[in-house]
Amino acid sequence: MPLFDRNSWPLRLERRPKPSAVMRIASSPLAALAMLATGLLVFSALGKDPVAAFRVFFVEPVSSMYGLGELLLKATPLMLCALGLALSYRANVWNIGAEGQLTLGAITGGGVGLFYGAALGHWAQPAELVAGVLGGMAWATIPAFLRSRFHTSEIFVSLMLVYIAQLLLSYLVHGPWRDPAGQNFPQSPPLPDAALLPPLLEGTRVNAGFIIALVLAGLSWWFSKATAAGFRMRVSGLAPAAAAYAGISDRRNIWLALMISGGAAGLAGVCEVAGPIGVLQPVVSPGYGFAAIIVAFVGRLHPLGVVLASLLMSALYLGGESAQMELQLPASVSGLFQGALLFYLLAAELFIGFRLRRVRHTVTAPQLPAGGAAASGHSA
Amino acid sequence: MTATAAPPRLALHGVSKRYANVIANDRIDLSVAAGQIHAVLGENGAGKSTLMKVVYGVTQPDEGSIAWEGTPVAIRNPAQARRLGIGMVFQHFSIFETLTVAENIALALSERLPAATLAARIDEVSRRYGLPIDPLRLTHDMSVGERQRVEIVRCLLQSPRLLIMDEPTSVLTPQAVRALFETLRRLAGEGVSILYISHKLDEIRELCDVATILRNGRVTGSAIPREQTNTSLARMMVGGELKECKLEARQPGPTQLELTNLSLGTEDPFGTALRQINLRVCSGQIVGIAGVSGNGQKELLAAISGERLCTQRGAVRLCGQDVGRLDPAQRRALGLRFVPEERLGRGAVPGMHLADNCVLTGATAGLVRHGMVRSRAARAFARATIAQFAVKCDGELAPANSLSGGNLQKFIVGREIRLLPTVMLAAQPTWGVDVGASLLIWQALIDLRNAGAAVLVISEDLDELFAICDCLAVLARGRLSATTPTAGLPIETVGVWMTGEFEPAARAAAVNHAAV
Repeated sequence: MPLFDRNSWPLRLERRPKPSAVMRIASSPLAALAMLATGLLVFSALGKDPVAAFRVFFVEPVSSMYGLGELLLKATPLMLCALGLALSYRANVWNIGAEGQLTLGAITGGGVGLFYGAALGHWAQPAELVAGVLGGMAWATIPAFLRSRFHTSEIFVSLMLVYIAQLLLSYLVHGPWRDPAGQNFPQSPPLPDAALLPPLLEGTRVNAGFIIALVLAGLSWWFSKATAAGFRMRVSGLAPAAAAYAGISDRRNIWLALMISGGAAGLAGVCEVAGPIGVLQPVVSPGYGFAAIIVAFVGRLHPLGVVLASLLMSALYLGGESAQMELQLPASVSGLFQGALLFYLLAAELFIGFRLRRVRHTVTAPQLPAGGAAASGHSA
Repeated sequence: MTATAAPPRLALHGVSKRYANVIANDRIDLSVAAGQIHAVLGENGAGKSTLMKVVYGVTQPDEGSIAWEGTPVAIRNPAQARRLGIGMVFQHFSIFETLTVAENIALALSERLPAATLAARIDEVSRRYGLPIDPLRLTHDMSVGERQRVEIVRCLLQSPRLLIMDEPTSVLTPQAVRALFETLRRLAGEGVSILYISHKLDEIRELCDVATILRNGRVTGSAIPREQTNTSLARMMVGGELKECKLEARQPGPTQLELTNLSLGTEDPFGTALRQINLRVCSGQIVGIAGVSGNGQKELLAAISGERLCTQRGAVRLCGQDVGRLDPAQRRALGLRFVPEERLGRGAVPGMHLADNCVLTGATAGLVRHGMVRSRAARAFARATIAQFAVKCDGELAPANSLSGGNLQKFIVGREIRLLPTVMLAAQPTWGVDVGASLLIWQALIDLRNAGAAVLVISEDLDELFAICDCLAVLARGRLSATTPTAGLPIETVGVWMTGEFEPAARAAAVNHAAV
């Protein structure tokens, strides 16, 4: 006897004949709602008034101009990373290490700003942004080379490189780049004014990075939709065998996907250092590069979806901070929301393609069609 | 109704099965007597497979009733079907290649038997029905015919009283078909009923006692196949007259594709390495390669298409150039077009619409310019393909996976033909395609040859190869026979070659004389 008899289970997953087009779009909002409901349950289980907690978490952080600015500010690195990742994932290249590429972008871009910012003057900002992009790309060349040359999994390589990047940053700010006037704090001297990205609006901290991210969202949509290179990446992702058949180079696809996603993550890193942070310090990101993976999927790997999802994820970060201060909840509450969101999204994803069907185990009399010939001759 | 006669072994009454927007089975009545070989004949998409899934308990009907030996039953799952005494041999075998015959069979049995007992029973059953197999042999190096024997023996061990055979001969050599028919007749003689699903009219006329013909999910007729002609059966199956396709003799032109002593290892642990392949295909000529899949077909296709590169100098020449190191896109640029065996996922991207699927291989035909996809041109190209090849679909923006297999194949063949090949490589061009669409595809390939293209068709279907090829070679165990004109070539000879009994082709120069 088998341990588990599939046929005796009352429910069965059955592939839908056709996935629902509505649910494809509705799955992300539904997952967000389910996450919210779970969050409220957790709040009440912790003895907090759920309505008040909801206010603290989601309403208060964005009820001021400054708060709205913060929302956009935190959405920027998420959006940048997730746009690159979405393109990469669509091409079936699994870059998990945006956090590391972001860190490298912070190092190279921040380094240029730090050491040459004053000398470059007006050119300081473009130069450091380009340096940030190149830094992110450089970090992504490692998984790209290993995958295209030795078929090494880019998932592991890019992920492990995150920790190396963080240690490299830590070494720099503890050692050669440490501010001599910084009272032994592990951080670099502040970036010169010329290298700082100024706020877009008075009273907020949101900077030009947000505009760049929006422009890139439009560009990435156009790239996938209209260019031959974007088309080839989509084919590689959707049907690798068809790509081989059509002579689309697998190697080129891997490199392109990793360069785009690495460069975008590097840009996110330099925007953080030259924007809200203003110095190089051991930690430049609260995990934006990882959260961006969730953002990419919640946004259904579509640029517009990514823009919206990064705003949602940014709100979760702000809410988490606010809940920490006002409700004395631990900082991990943000992580809990992120995890719940991804969980519900994956569940919704499953039910787009499948449905649960109750299997009846009692023999039921089959219905005969009205006017069906030869209806009961067999029972004699 | 005759109350005195024994109830039929299986009787379906008004069975209907609907999927989202198609009715796969519409009020089907079917009755199979004990010991009867009953054909279910129909084109692809006629509802044969759905009906068999209903009988075998894989899917549940929406309406209708099933009676098993006179008792109404609801067949909820295959396990229950097997308990009733229904066995099924699928078109695609579920065999674990790393296991032995006995281990494979043990996996499917509901009862546990000691290994020795099982081996003895396998031996006994396989002998009794003329299906010799060694229970202790590993399955990975078995031919498709032998694998099918394993599947049949697996069913027979459960002493079925109804055996469902789904397109069993599509992968067999003519000799293996003979042997299979012997077995089936013997089983029928012992009272086992057989449901025989096929669209091959000759076989059905030879083997089956009764035929039920399905079209568009409905029963359109029932006949005693021996009393029918192929034409009359086809008319019931297709619902109209069939055109014949004609192959007029033609002087071949210059050589366009040439393989010289091509030897190539395989990347698949269970694949077949190519050994010393010599082949020449000229303009205005259709050359067929017969043989059962798994004898190096996959490797040969990849070597010609460029999906596998070949470092051997001069082994693969296309339009006069040594192309062994060129990738598929570069070979396309030289004029090679390719219809692969798998339609979804290789020949077409499932989730993309038809216009985008034209861009897949049409980049050099003006569908991409200055690095940009010209979507308007792609849509026009797709529309023209759909019109020219009578592809049934919701327009050029229908996703590839919304088309039936036959229609998608027409689209892919049409796309490649409209990209004006110098050399056309087609693998199993009509596999699983209905009769009407097959004729259209064959005619298109013949027209292409008449227009001066060099066409190479790799197929398991000998009828197809004899219908459209000027000459033919057999690929068996990685070796290729001499290319021989099809006119006057006995099918039995080809059958012998398919088992690997031939002198391999000498250098291409000698072959071509035989071919012309």
